Amino acid sequence: MKGSLLQRMDLWVRHLLPFGLTLLLVLLQAMPTRLPGFAAVAPMLPLIGVYYWSIHRPDLLPAPVAFVLALVNDIIAGTPLGVTPLVYLMVLGMTGSQRRFFLGKPFLVAWWGFALVASAAMAVEWALVSMIFGHMLEPHAVLFELIMTVSFYPLLSWFFARTQLALLRPA
Amino acid sequence: MKQHSGALGRLATLKQLAHRFAFLSLVMASFALMLLGKADTALVERIRLSVSDAVAPILDVMSRPAGTIAEVVSAVRELATLRAENVRLRDENSKLMHWQAAARQLDNENRALHIQLNFIPDPDPSFITTRVIDDTGGAFVHSMLINSGSRDGVRKGQAVIAGEVMVGRIMEVGQRSARVLLLTDINSHIPVMLETSRAKAILTGDNSDRPRLNMLSPNSNAAPGDRVVTSGHGGAFPPGVPLGVVSSVQDGVVRVEPFVHRHKLEYVTVVDYGLAGILPSDAAAASEGHDR
Repeated sequence: MKGSLLQRMDLWVRHLLPFGLTLLLVLLQAMPTRLPGFAAVAPMLPLIGVYYWSIHRPDLLPAPVAFVLALVNDIIAGTPLGVTPLVYLMVLGMTGSQRRFFLGKPFLVAWWGFALVASAAMAVEWALVSMIFGHMLEPHAVLFELIMTVSFYPLLSWFFARTQLALLRPA
Repeated sequence: MKQHSGALGRLATLKQLAHRFAFLSLVMASFALMLLGKADTALVERIRLSVSDAVAPILDVMSRPAGTIAEVVSAVRELATLRAENVRLRDENSKLMHWQAAARQLDNENRALHIQLNFIPDPDPSFITTRVIDDTGGAFVHSMLINSGSRDGVRKGQAVIAGEVMVGRIMEVGQRSARVLLLTDINSHIPVMLETSRAKAILTGDNSDRPRLNMLSPNSNAAPGDRVVTSGHGGAFPPGVPLGVVSSVQDGVVRVEPFVHRHKLEYVTVVDYGLAGILPSDAAAASEGHDR
């Protein structure tokens, strides 16, 4: 009996992984990097987590969890409250409908998919923030941020894949 | 068996519907939050601050290794350029000695004139020096969290400086954390003047690293290299805090290169000049007023 409880706890902790890792990215992104010029184009790391897990284990990153992550991200990053939740939900919606297409496809396809999803996400965030502030934001910086985010995808998705292989069964 | 699978099917459909409903209500909630943020800033601010207060200790711990790594890297880099640096510093020192003499003389003269004019000096500022614990960066907002809040005496609207140069102002204050709006942010507007011509303007950020001078009178002849300092208008900041130099003048758009380097900000100083500030809607200040 005790064994089964332990097993359940173990499984529960493992199932928290996608949430925990994405939350870690939110915190990691907040770290002052002390690299000249980096802050202006800092990549949106949690977006990679949301995309990866919503394709590989959508059951462990349901919409309410993504919503909470996004709220924490808004509060830590200082973006207007509600913008990131909408963006993450949109990402979930996009990957949810195209999941069968992405699963089991070579890495390049997943990367290309992420580039598309991230572009849409950034565009929506840009429009929303511009609307809320009542000023058109410079699209240049957003474009650079998009490029940075997309170029961080291989590293993080490799890390996620290793973690998933070691600690979680594929869905 | 058929009935059974039919029931299961219905259950699955119901579940899917519930999922859709949850998804849609979350989307609505996001929109509601955005509207709420526009309409009732006080409530949204309280939510933000309680969460940022809660995560501040975590962010504080996480921001420390970054500082250490940066220190090690710069130590190694400095070792390589030690000789050249020494020569430069000796050169600079001799120049500064000259300036020191000039400054002493002016200081004495200034004091004598103050006495003659019966001049009432500005109140002495008080300082709180604190760590930067969160610099998320990105293209949308330029702000950072610092590791002090209302319990340390940080108030909304206070100026934030690093060394002698302006960083920004306090935008939100929690118990133990506060958000600094950098002067490059799109919502930052600081009353400034050109140091030599005393022409007034508003330094407005646009999320680029070169904020622009607005409302500058057209005959002020701003030229690249002109120093920009705070003007002290609006009662938010004291006059004369250096901000940056004019970097370009193109088609009437004057851009300023700030002195502050965002990546070098490990500690910043929140300065209380005893001025009322431009933010009378500060709820904390209002309730304090009631208490008295």
